[in-house]
Amino acid sequence: MSGLMIEKLSMRFDLPNGSHVQALKDVSLDLAEGELMSVLGPSGCGKTTLLNIVAGFLAPTSGEIQLNGHDVTGPDAERGMVFQQGALFEWMSVRENVSFGPRMKGQGEKEYGAEVDHLLDIVGLQDFKEKAIYELSGGMQQRVALARCLANDPDVILMDEPLGALDALTREKMQSLVLKLWKETGKTIILITHSVEEALLLGERLLVMAPRPGRIHREYRLPFADLGVGQDLREVKKHPEFAERREEILGMIWDMEEEIMGRSEDEK
Amino acid sequence: MIIFLIYIAIFVGSFFLVRLIVDQTAKGYSARKTVTFGDESAVTSNRTASVVSILTIFLLWGAFTGSSLLPRFLHAPGPFEGVATMTYTAEADDGSRDEATITVLVHPVGEDAEVPEVDPGDGWAKNDAYTIGAWRSGLMRVDRNDEKGRDQGHQVVAVNGEPIVPGGEVLTEFGRVGMSQKGTLNFEPAKGWQMEPIWLPPPEAVVQRLGEIASDGYRDSTLWEHLGYSLFRVVVGFVAGALVGIPLGYAMGLSAWFRGWFDPIVEFMRPVPPLALIPLVIIWAGIGETGKIILLFLAALWIMAIAARSGVSGVNITKVHAAYSLGASKWQIMRHVIVPNSLPEIFTGARVAMGVCWGTVVAAELVAAEQGAGMMIMVASKFQLTDIVLMGIILIGVIGFGIDMLMRKAERVLVPWKGRS
Repeated sequence: MSGLMIEKLSMRFDLPNGSHVQALKDVSLDLAEGELMSVLGPSGCGKTTLLNIVAGFLAPTSGEIQLNGHDVTGPDAERGMVFQQGALFEWMSVRENVSFGPRMKGQGEKEYGAEVDHLLDIVGLQDFKEKAIYELSGGMQQRVALARCLANDPDVILMDEPLGALDALTREKMQSLVLKLWKETGKTIILITHSVEEALLLGERLLVMAPRPGRIHREYRLPFADLGVGQDLREVKKHPEFAERREEILGMIWDMEEEIMGRSEDEK
Repeated sequence: MIIFLIYIAIFVGSFFLVRLIVDQTAKGYSARKTVTFGDESAVTSNRTASVVSILTIFLLWGAFTGSSLLPRFLHAPGPFEGVATMTYTAEADDGSRDEATITVLVHPVGEDAEVPEVDPGDGWAKNDAYTIGAWRSGLMRVDRNDEKGRDQGHQVVAVNGEPIVPGGEVLTEFGRVGMSQKGTLNFEPAKGWQMEPIWLPPPEAVVQRLGEIASDGYRDSTLWEHLGYSLFRVVVGFVAGALVGIPLGYAMGLSAWFRGWFDPIVEFMRPVPPLALIPLVIIWAGIGETGKIILLFLAALWIMAIAARSGVSGVNITKVHAAYSLGASKWQIMRHVIVPNSLPEIFTGARVAMGVCWGTVVAAELVAAEQGAGMMIMVASKFQLTDIVLMGIILIGVIGFGIDMLMRKAERVLVPWKGRS
């Protein structure tokens, strides 16, 4: 079976004071190859924990997780990760960062050179390939991170708020780029975000998670990602269904936040 | 005190003078800033002030040592040299008084001087002559050649007509004449404001000594051998300390067992000043090269271990996660992520360690050594060769500064990403 399969996944953290936090409870989900899924939820809903389990950085307390029919037990090049920031290697040039994965596999310049240059072209950094990381702007750095991840040709790309630290204009350009890369490469992508608009734009499927315990609250199938591949994202946002969904999901998350506030006040 | 006041006067004076002469209007962006007081970035080191500051130090040094590099009018008043004359009045048992002259030749120390010949004069008190070195003082037993000596109650009652009693003094234009409790005169020629060369030699004497020692050597070794030995010890000790300390620090940063095992040792040894280990190292390894290198090894070891440990601890976990997700093995993560990420910390540690080692080697050589910069100034100080001591201190400072500059330069070349992530 190809694709990502998550079955009854639970994660419980024991705290030093004897209490515990149920970060995830009975999360089940299937993701077919080439699907683009965004994950949204208020803070504390366990979305980053979920991503870290899929990446293999955390082992769940119970439940199963399989990729292409085999168990996920640790980090692996088949599951690439794009972080919010700070994950690039400052001691390497842009090109050295992008070619990191192939080089770790022992490939030589001849084997990866063309592919790396192609990716640098796609993300628009061909002119900056010999620059140092600290000479780039935040948006450029995230483009390097995307290219670095793609250069390794992973089956699944996990994005942990990859555009969260960018300014609004850069962010919009990067959203188009993510869609373009998704369409061109046909990768399976899970994208975590705080922004409802971004989740709507960049999710064929949209998962809304709820906190305490972290669980899947609702799932949507959305047309906007496919629309966004062909046209300007601002046009997509004008879509009446887009506005409707946005209000619906925003309301949902507001309710959750209020519930959390109320509950913590009760605890007092 | 006077030197301090002159120094402040030059500091303030040159500030106003430079402001008057040099165009102070700042250029560029800073010129448009209205808030400068409190804005650290608006404060840049004033080059003119640095130059004037260094010149002032040499100026004061030269002025108060009578340096030949300075024109005479800039010299502080020097000690009196030349022929001093004064008169004394003596009284004997029988109540008779007589006056006689004292002639004193005050000569530069180190030069031979002959007692000036004087006419004995009239009366029972005879004229006297003495020689005294500048900055020194001398007794004047004026009764020795008088016809009525101490056995007849000879007693000096006045100098230059001013009455004097045992324990008292009379100030003349040539210096101070004192009288001991037993009634002997004591002449101390005026010392002026200059420093005596054995306390502070003039700059040119230090430079001259530098040339002498550079060509002839000191204590069976040339200057370069002395400095070379010190540097050699520092480099060997530091390299040994780094070779052991850096892997140790990495192990402490990567393994709980290593950290648990070595933490108490490192945390205890770090605050022990290396100088406190000198006696123990001398007992164990003697005063030869081995002892010094062990000492410097210990001085560098803990600093490098702690720097490497914090370099590893400081690695951003997302970088490690990213490397794992890109398929890197543990060894590759060590080689491509952890080591480069810790280099800035290690360089900072290396700069500190080199500074500490340089200080420690000089101190160790002060205690006991056959060669070395510290040994050179210690031996020189025992013979009051202040010029060698000064020269040594300046050279030690220059080398220490040079080491730090080299390390900074290396840092800029090797870890350009430092502080820019």
